[in-house]
Amino acid sequence: MIELITLLILFIPFSVFLINSLLLRTILGSENDLSGRLNVISIGVCFFLSLIVIFNLNNASSTIVFDWINIGDVDLSFSFMIDPLTSVMLVVVSGISFLVQIYSIGYMHGDKSFSRYFSFMALFTGSMLGLVMSRNILQLFIFWELVGVSSYLLIGFWHERKAAAAAAKKAFIMTRLGDFGFLFSIIYLFNINPDLLNIHLLYDAIVNNEISTQVATVLSLGFLIGAIGKSAQFPLHSWLPDAMEGPTSVSALIHSATMVTAGVFLIARLFPLFQISDIMILVAIIGASTSFIAATMALTTTDIKRVLAYSTISQLGYMFMALGLEAYTAAVFHLFTHAFFKAGLFLSAGSVHHASGTFNMKYMGGLKSKMKYTYYSMLICSFSLSGLFPLSGFWSKDEIILSAYNQGGSLGLICMIIGLLVAFMTSFYMFRAISLTFHGDFRGGGDKEREDLIKQKLPVPETLEHVHLEESPKYMIYPILLLSFFAIFIGYFANPVFSDLLFIDKHLFGLFLEKSLEVFHFHGSHDFNFSIALVSTFISIVGILFGLSIYNKKTELDKGNFFNSINNFLDKKYFIDYLYEKFIVQNIFYELICAGLEWIDKNIFDGININLSKLIGRISLRSLKFQDGQIHTYSIAMVTAGVISIFILIILG
Amino acid sequence: MFNYFLTITVFFPAITALFLLIFNDKKRIVQISISSSIITFILTLFLFISYDRDLGGMQFIDYFQWINSINIKSSYLLGIDGFSAPLVLLTGLLSMVAFMSSWRMKLRVKEYFIWLLLLETSVLGVFTSLDLLLFFIFFEFELIPMYMLIGIWGSGRKEYSAIKFVIFTLAGGAFMLIAILSLFASDSVSTLAMVSISEINLIGIPDLIAGKELIIPASIIFLFFFIAFAVKLPLWPLHNWLPDAHTDAPTAVSIMLAGVLLKMAGYGLFRINLGFFQETQGFTIFDVSGLLALLGTISIIYGAIITLRQTDLKRLIAFSSISHMGYVLLGFAAITSSTTYSLYSLNGSAMQMFTHGTITGLSFLTVGLIYDRTHTRDINKLGSLAKKMPIIALFFVISGLASLGLPGFSGFVSEIMIFLGTYKIYPVYTIISAFGVVLAAGYILWMVQRSMFGTNNLDKDDSTYDYKDLKDGNFYDILPAVIITIPIIIIGIMPSIFITFFNMGIKEILR
Repeated sequence: MIELITLLILFIPFSVFLINSLLLRTILGSENDLSGRLNVISIGVCFFLSLIVIFNLNNASSTIVFDWINIGDVDLSFSFMIDPLTSVMLVVVSGISFLVQIYSIGYMHGDKSFSRYFSFMALFTGSMLGLVMSRNILQLFIFWELVGVSSYLLIGFWHERKAAAAAAKKAFIMTRLGDFGFLFSIIYLFNINPDLLNIHLLYDAIVNNEISTQVATVLSLGFLIGAIGKSAQFPLHSWLPDAMEGPTSVSALIHSATMVTAGVFLIARLFPLFQISDIMILVAIIGASTSFIAATMALTTTDIKRVLAYSTISQLGYMFMALGLEAYTAAVFHLFTHAFFKAGLFLSAGSVHHASGTFNMKYMGGLKSKMKYTYYSMLICSFSLSGLFPLSGFWSKDEIILSAYNQGGSLGLICMIIGLLVAFMTSFYMFRAISLTFHGDFRGGGDKEREDLIKQKLPVPETLEHVHLEESPKYMIYPILLLSFFAIFIGYFANPVFSDLLFIDKHLFGLFLEKSLEVFHFHGSHDFNFSIALVSTFISIVGILFGLSIYNKKTELDKGNFFNSINNFLDKKYFIDYLYEKFIVQNIFYELICAGLEWIDKNIFDGININLSKLIGRISLRSLKFQDGQIHTYSIAMVTAGVISIFILIILG
Repeated sequence: MFNYFLTITVFFPAITALFLLIFNDKKRIVQISISSSIITFILTLFLFISYDRDLGGMQFIDYFQWINSINIKSSYLLGIDGFSAPLVLLTGLLSMVAFMSSWRMKLRVKEYFIWLLLLETSVLGVFTSLDLLLFFIFFEFELIPMYMLIGIWGSGRKEYSAIKFVIFTLAGGAFMLIAILSLFASDSVSTLAMVSISEINLIGIPDLIAGKELIIPASIIFLFFFIAFAVKLPLWPLHNWLPDAHTDAPTAVSIMLAGVLLKMAGYGLFRINLGFFQETQGFTIFDVSGLLALLGTISIIYGAIITLRQTDLKRLIAFSSISHMGYVLLGFAAITSSTTYSLYSLNGSAMQMFTHGTITGLSFLTVGLIYDRTHTRDINKLGSLAKKMPIIALFFVISGLASLGLPGFSGFVSEIMIFLGTYKIYPVYTIISAFGVVLAAGYILWMVQRSMFGTNNLDKDDSTYDYKDLKDGNFYDILPAVIITIPIIIIGIMPSIFITFFNMGIKEILR
């Protein structure tokens, strides 16, 4: 039964991808409505099937499909597994994808490539579902790359926009850089023992102490690099803000809720391996520093989607930090809750753009009265992200900070302080965004921005559209409302306090999830610390009040601020983009190494060929002179040759 | 033993070429040539399908003796095994695509197709002949049609490129001839058969020279064979003919050149360098396998870095071919003994030949379509083509993604197999080469972005084409692209079809 469902979950989106791209697009044309509806229905079915899976899950199951590259007795076949971790991911991916598909029907309405959009969305959903169900790490890598390419195709969906095409390329190459580490670990693992690529056999080997700490460290390091690239962690984070050039629905699904969490998922999947390695501390440090750096960058950003992008990076950093602190449950739970409220925020931002025609918050303001549903949904999701009691973000964030506290030592202390700082910044920048967008007076939207840019003779971004101040269509609003509903209540699945809340047992989520690591007898801590909760809530509230009060009155942004120089520094994203793109890639790699080698190739290797042929030409010209047709020249040559031959014969005797 | 089937397949294009002589109507000539290539493809497909996988070994053997002196026996000997069957199929497939892509040909149509047909026969001959002399004849014969095709129907510095191609390959061929003669000089070599075939009581060179002292040291013979194939592969630093030849060759010839001609070198490496020199006295291939891996690695990285600098679409793909063929050598070099790991890398290497053939064939095909419309291959002069020709752009992007080793396409399978297999023996080279995958993503995506996406804001005066008038491909343009995409995807998803073949062939080559 569950095997069949597994196959269906994978089969449906891929077949929809094929139907959309091959049939509907060619027969009905690229603007047909049917492709969108087909996506909604089919992914809805996937979501339903995922719910069946999560409710009927008893123990890990596996389904072998077919041979892939088996040689000799090495087993590298396509196979799938369902365990609690997978089932949670299935629900997140298919659920959010379902809502985003509905939203997309409204958001992408009238786009010339409507059908292409939905076929890529189906491809992404299928690949992501395949990723979380893979039982073989090599197969996981295959789906990992497939989600990467769907992300590439969707970021660059409006490919005639230069910025979108460049952002797509940047995203792909930077994650590829990380994938290099992933690939290395796969190769390394294969060379220890090919069977270990199968996750359940890897687990068994770890239980039986067959993998030494040293080996585990090397392996985990490679996987970590892959995860860093995919989840946009420092220092490979800079592709994610640029990826906002894609459609907003894509950002909601891929670049906040699902694909970017694949890195967290990978570490969670290989958690036992990381546990016996020496790099857990590195995971925590990377997570903590990323969450801090990204949060600071979000403070001054004026593009609402980029604020959300930095926030996503920062929250992913939280999850990494939790994993590094061995708070497995907390990390996955934060992934779970974050997916809902962050998707809600992105979809709201799309709705705002629909009305104001711009993503630039300098030109927004006063939208509160015009779009009530969007405003309240965004408010709820922001409260949730800020970790305000009793919304879902509170429960998951609190668990992470608590795990840092429980860890103790200097690492735990640093992580806890950073966690609290980030919590403050998060609520600050979110409510700064809310004030700028919804409060105060309307500042002209996309039309005004275009005017200003033309006046200053600056290039006009292609995302600018005309203002029409009204609430978005119902296709867009319903998913947002549903997501904000989840943003309120979904945190109760953790239920750390009550013994029995309606039908939710105490520690339901944690106990369920830990069954994934049953073979290791893994048990995390599930307690609840009242004072920590109080402190973190207090900090969030202070942040919210700061954000609301500072930016409520101001229409001119961040001017005359004594933080100006810091502002500038943050605006330039710590000069990281400059360092990577201009300095390392452009100047050092491209202009120095590549150009140098090209010169060598042209002048030395090809030069040798050309000069050799010239030399031979010259020699043959010279030797031509001997053949001048004069009998006496020939006879001299004959006599000389004869004498020399006789001489040689005599010597050789 | 002579059942004619393989002989008919090999010579079918040549016979068509003779037949073409009596026609003068251009349209008829195009029709006949394309039909002939389709029939040849069906014949190769039949060979591939009806090859008995349970039996293995050499099948479809055509054999009769033609030189029968006391010292040396050379014979007309054709046959295919698990290793050559996929390559024969590849030749049939890519030739068909090359012929189909030439349907617009206007210039000296009859000669063009005659040379192309002769080229097909000679390549099929290389992959099927099992006698060293016959192999050499086919290997060298291919030069003549190639010279004509590049020199007459090419573009740019076509004469220069044609002569450069000929001189390089001919020099390599000279080394091979010396190598063959050196083998011939040894007392132990009484026949020039490249493999032993028990059905016809034929003992091949590998068995004849195993453990024997040769008059000319085995290392030198090995080196000479290797040089011949290294030029053809092409291996750094003998690669400089390839970019020129590709850039100036017509589309169909580029497809043939990258698709199948380069694979003759890989085939030769497996069949001769690996097949002959495993148990020779004094020197075996295992002595230099580390060096081969190093050369392969240099080719991969060097090719990829130079590729990053190219702005001509064809030149770019040509340099990327150097990088991709480096993987063939790297995988090939991981031969210490027949463990599972080296089977992985050898199979990967063989798969890489097949997959690179189809993927690069698709690349050149689409670049040809773009060039037909825009009359330029300069990436800086292109842009936003996806808007005007979405279907061509689709196949261009598919070929690009397949070429950068995206899972789901065939290139990934061969590359991952090579990496999985070689790491055990050459960890450092493997890691360095795996970085080539990142570089590949760089140059491919850069190329795709600049030529297909973004905006087209060119000066009209400077431009060789009118952006507004660009048209997408019609049915005849797209059909070959579809045909060649099918194996790229099938192998990406179900590589086991081909792996069983290659694995069988390689196991027999390994002693």
